[in-house]
This record gives sequence, C-alpha cells and structure tokens, in this order.
Amino acid sequence: MSHHLVEMQDVHYTYPDGAKALRGVSFRLTHGETVGIIGGNGAGKSTLLLHLNGCLMPTSGAVRVDNFPVSTATLTHVRKTVGMVFQNPDDQLFMPTVEEDVAFGPRNMGLPSDEVNARVDAALETVGALAFKHRASHRLSGGEKRTVAIATVLSMSPDILVLDEPTAGLDPRARRHLIELLKTLEHTLIIATHDLDFVLDVCDRTLVIHEGCIAADDATEAIFKNVELLDQNNLEPPLSMQRKNSPTIF
Amino acid sequence: MSPIESALLDLNRLEDLARQDTALHRIDPCAKVLTTLVFLVAVASFNKYAVAALLPLCIYPIVLIAVGNLQPSFLFKPILLALPFVFCMAIFNPLFDRVIIMSIGPAPISGGWVSFCSILLRFALSVSAALLLLASTGFYPICLALRRLGVPRVFTLQLLFLYRYLFVLAEETTRVARAHALRAPEQRRMKPSVFASVVGSLLLRTLGRARCIHTAMLSRGFTGRISQSGQLDFYCRDALFLVGWSAFFVMARLFNLPQILGEGILNCLP
Repeated sequence: MSHHLVEMQDVHYTYPDGAKALRGVSFRLTHGETVGIIGGNGAGKSTLLLHLNGCLMPTSGAVRVDNFPVSTATLTHVRKTVGMVFQNPDDQLFMPTVEEDVAFGPRNMGLPSDEVNARVDAALETVGALAFKHRASHRLSGGEKRTVAIATVLSMSPDILVLDEPTAGLDPRARRHLIELLKTLEHTLIIATHDLDFVLDVCDRTLVIHEGCIAADDATEAIFKNVELLDQNNLEPPLSMQRKNSPTIF
Repeated sequence: MSPIESALLDLNRLEDLARQDTALHRIDPCAKVLTTLVFLVAVASFNKYAVAALLPLCIYPIVLIAVGNLQPSFLFKPILLALPFVFCMAIFNPLFDRVIIMSIGPAPISGGWVSFCSILLRFALSVSAALLLLASTGFYPICLALRRLGVPRVFTLQLLFLYRYLFVLAEETTRVARAHALRAPEQRRMKPSVFASVVGSLLLRTLGRARCIHTAMLSRGFTGRISQSGQLDFYCRDALFLVGWSAFFVMARLFNLPQILGEGILNCLP
C-alpha cells in the first residue's frame, strides 16, 4: 500500500520577513510508518509540518501527499488525507463544545448529519473522550484537551496524522495515555517533538532537522545511538538510554 | 484569587446552572430569547417617573429563579459590579429635575429622585433578565437561537469566538499580571508604561493566536463558512411561554397594575 505516501523534494521556504526556515528538505514516507521529526529550537520542524497539509506552500521544491502535488487545486483532498494536531490544543479547539469541535471537520466535508454524529462518537470513543462530548472545550484539562484535539482530526478519517509537540504540557499519566493511544492507531504518523523518549517509544524512523535541512534520516535507535550526531544538532540521547548507559550508584 | 479568575469562575458557574434539567431549561432558546427581548423593551418603554408600575415586572425574574432552580445570589454580584456606573449616570437626575411631583407623608419628593429610583430599578430588572437567560439557556444555544431568529451568521460566530477565547485571553492576562506582581512586589498597580506594554504584548499574542486558530481551521477544511448544528424544536409549551409572558409584560406596560390593585383593595374596604 504505497498510495499514502508523503514526499518532499528539495523544499525551500522563506518567511515574508526573510527568515529561511527550510533549505532543501527532501524525504519520502510510506504507508503505516511512524516517523519522528526532531531538532533544536528554530530548526524548522513546525514549518515543515505546515507544508504537509498546505498551510504553507514551498517557496521552491515540491510536496506530494497521496501521489497528489500539494497545491491550491488539491488542497481539499490533501486536507482530508492529512490531519494535523497543533502544538497548543487551545488553537485546535475553537468551537464552544467538544461535540461541535469534533464535528467541525466532517461538516466541512459536506457529510450528512447522521454520518457526522456517527463520526463524532467514533472519534471520541477512540481517544476515550466520549464522556466529554457535551462539555465546553475551555473547561477541559490539558490532557483532555490534547485527546479531544486528536479526536477533532480523527473524525475526518485522515490517512496521515501529523502531530506537533503532542506531549507538551502533559503530566506523565496523560503522556502515557497518549503513547498508548497513538500505538493503537493504524495511520501514518508524523510527530515533531522535543520529547526524545516519546520518539523512542513511538517512532520507528526519525528525521533530524538542523537549520532547515535534514541532517539525518534513519531508524530511531540508530539515530539516538549516534551521540556525535545528536550533539551536532543540539540534542541529547533520550533519558531512558542515558540511564541504561550510566553506572549504577547504589 | 485575582478578579479575572473570579470573573471566570462566575462565568463557569453560569454555565453549570445552564446545564440543569428543569422545566425552564427545557424551553426552546428562541422562546426565551424573544421573551427576554419583549421584557427589555417593556422595561425600557415605561415613562421616566415609573417606579410602582415597574414592580409587577419583578415577578418575571422571581418566577424564573424559582422554576429554574437558580440561586438568586448569582444575580447580586454582577448587579453590584455595574451599579456604580448606573449610579453615576442616574445621580444627575435629582440635581437637574427638582420639580416636586409627590410626597411621602410630609416629605416632598422631586421628580429627579423618582426617576433616579426608576433607572436603578430598570437596570436591576434588565441585568437580571439577561443573566437569567444566560443561566437558564447557556451561551451557545443563545447564539444558535439568534441565528435562527435571523441574526447574521457572522455576528453569531463572532460572539461564539469571543466567548470561547475570552477564557484563553483572561488566563493569559492573569499569568502576565501574576508575573508582574512577582517581579514588582512593592507596586500595588502597574505603572502606565508597563500597563501599555502589557496590553501591547497581549494584543500581539492575540493576533498570533488568531493566526494559529485560522491555520487550524483551514487544516480541517474551513472555507469561510462554519456549519452549526442546532436543530432546535419549538413545541407548544415554548409558544405558551413566549405568548403568556409577553401578554403579561404588555398588560403591565399598558395598565398600572399596582394602582389598579390598590384601588380595588380600597374599594373593598368598608
């Protein structure tokens, strides 16, 4: 099943203020992969993600999703295929109730109301948030907001799920819940994060971004074992790996 | 707790009240919105010296509080908060209108004092009606009802977004105010220059957030039109609520009920 691929070919992006965020990014992901995107602050992770569903268009180069070039003409298809969960759930949850928020995407797809209701219930059930259905979005806790934010995207039945800093602000239990949830999903997952233990736990493959370029693209364990590479890119091995390698004190 | 946090808790309390299941809460939001509008028009249309004639309208909030299982205490705080502004406006009446129009025993009362009392009573009635609408309906159903009543979609959506992000903005403001207080423990208030830069920073954050929200909307297929659910059903009981209360307000407006009642009691006395 190669039709759910995501491909970037020599993508450059410069912000209107002249800041060059991406400088020749190229990679190719295939169906069912779980890919982590890591890098220091300002490396270009979020900019890269915004290209995947056409929120930003490359200054030069090409982005292909599901064998379609990402362009104004294919935006509707691309946004049905790529679901994006933003870093701050308050940006994602803009409707007054959880139900309305989860229904927002399916309604925009023009689905009939019965289908919308079924999708809302199914998405909330998948993330274990059906109990919050009638609650006001602003009254959820940080972890609850995060799971509902994922439901808002799942209700559109995307093939590819893009998550920007999914563990930011989560307590350990909510983080563990999120990891378990993501492991149950069969989507292609693209996750940009600073939480390297999370990447080690969830992702099979990892891209390292540095100053807008792909510095490395390899299996996650291989990336994290390459201390020199991590050091060059303002990163460190995940804490769980550091503990394994540190001498026992007691 | 900061005043902003306290105000947010009050808003949350209103939402909790709106989630109850009572006969009042089951009334269609359209009926309640229209009834409130008729009530407000009736209150505003009394002449400026009306005080006793307004009293029958107090029955409306009292009945709503009783039927809707709402605590009267939640009305007091907002009314007390806004009272100084109304007081400042009404206090000029006794100064400019000194014509004696009635007396209580030997004490003459000028028209200014009567209109002063009338303004305060109208204010209390209007604010109570608006708060009761919110506490018995909820903000989102009110917006849906406004939409069904023909209010432009762009206006109802603005109201929804305003309400949703009021909480986020208030939380950010509280965090900034707290950060300021921690680094300026001896200043009870912000200096004007600091205040200006805080407001500027909040404005910039608001713009940044608006951009993020728009991006999030776009990525979920937003094309400039938000479809809202809200197939609200208008039953016979809703029509009865609207017509019954509206008839009472019109009657209270056209006839001075306390005066008629008083005359009736006097005529009955031997």
